[in-house]
Amino acid sequence: MNELLAIIEQEPFFEDMAPEHRRLVAACAAKCSYTADTRLMRDHEPTETFWLIREGQVALESPLREDTVAFQTLGPGDILGWSWLLPPHRASYDARAVTDIHTLRFDAGVLRERMEADPAFGYVLMKHFAALIVQRLQAARLQALDIYSHGGPGHGN
Amino acid sequence: MATDAAATLPVQAMAPEPWRIHSVRRDVASNEVFSWTLYPDPEVEPGAMPAPGQFNMLYLFGVGEVPISVSAITDDGGIVHTIRAVGSVTRAMQDLETGAVVGLRGPFGMAWPLEQARGRDLVLVAGGIGLAPLRPVIHAALQRRSEFGRVVVCYGARSPGDMIFRGELDAWAERDDVDLRITVDRGTAAWRGDVGVVTQLVDRGGFDRRNTLAMTCGPEVMMRFTASALERRGLKPEDIYVSMERNMRCAVGFCGHCQIGAHFVCRDGPVFPYPVMEPAFRVREL
Repeated sequence: MNELLAIIEQEPFFEDMAPEHRRLVAACAAKCSYTADTRLMRDHEPTETFWLIREGQVALESPLREDTVAFQTLGPGDILGWSWLLPPHRASYDARAVTDIHTLRFDAGVLRERMEADPAFGYVLMKHFAALIVQRLQAARLQALDIYSHGGPGHGN
Repeated sequence: MATDAAATLPVQAMAPEPWRIHSVRRDVASNEVFSWTLYPDPEVEPGAMPAPGQFNMLYLFGVGEVPISVSAITDDGGIVHTIRAVGSVTRAMQDLETGAVVGLRGPFGMAWPLEQARGRDLVLVAGGIGLAPLRPVIHAALQRRSEFGRVVVCYGARSPGDMIFRGELDAWAERDDVDLRITVDRGTAAWRGDVGVVTQLVDRGGFDRRNTLAMTCGPEVMMRFTASALERRGLKPEDIYVSMERNMRCAVGFCGHCQIGAHFVCRDGPVFPYPVMEPAFRVREL
């Protein structure tokens, strides 16, 4: 537990969280490693887990295309998974370990119960995930804008 | 003000000198991005060499003149310009081969503040062809590697096929004193690197928030989000520098084509402290 708490204290995602809230999060965490090509999440399957990636790379992929191409990759310091937050608690894409990865794996089902039982804690954790989701949404919008195709520095006349 | 500036300007500031294309390098499969290594013709008096971040005006005789940033400076007095063919002048430039002569005047503008980064971590964030103006900074930082803390280079491209300077990127990736992070907006089945916008590479940190200087170059929307990501990582706005692109014509602060508010990009930039340009990023269609 102390080791997990120490890891969590070093991670920017949990940076501005109160010590007692970090302890609640750490109580639901476990160190977990996966080999390359492991599927951590599958589209539409129930998910009661999220991960903090500590080492390695994870690809987010959509099974809706035949040629599976990652639409985003996650790496050290990134959080994987927020489908556990809201019903129906099902993944909306595939997540595959591209390399061997080392993570902290969180039992989100238990965490959600604690969020319900302690609304102050629930609000704090929800704010952290909302910020993460906004950040990813902005990134997805930037990606969709195809910003490198026109305009920008050095393009000349 | 223009009169004062005119009094101090050398006549040559408006007169292009003949420089010869020593080599042409085409970086991406589409050939729309190409690099010229230029040397002055023998009759040209040696002038000031550009500093990283500055630009030259390149004149294709009979067609037109364009501002192009410097993408490398060779040890023997050559200058490398990396150009993307998107307009009438740059498309015509695309057809020139080794031995052709173009007009060059410059260097102009403010350079990247590399000296301010001494003793600090250096974070360079480039998007698309925005890697070209930052490349001389990377060269200089690697030549003087011991003067800097961690050197983090984040590069975002549209796709793996659109990445420029592939050979050099591979060489930097091999070094253990550079933290090179590359991402593409659109991956391919063969691509094994990161996918996503370049700002996510900044979000991964790996630099000292209290002692880092950051420089970013790319589309303005990318620089704006990069600055936000850097601030989120704890950097102060004044430790972030951006490089602006505008329709520069005279390059010496006379004509006003490149004016943003009170600033002439050609003369006061193209490199600006982020707090100076941040208000402009929020103005639509500026």
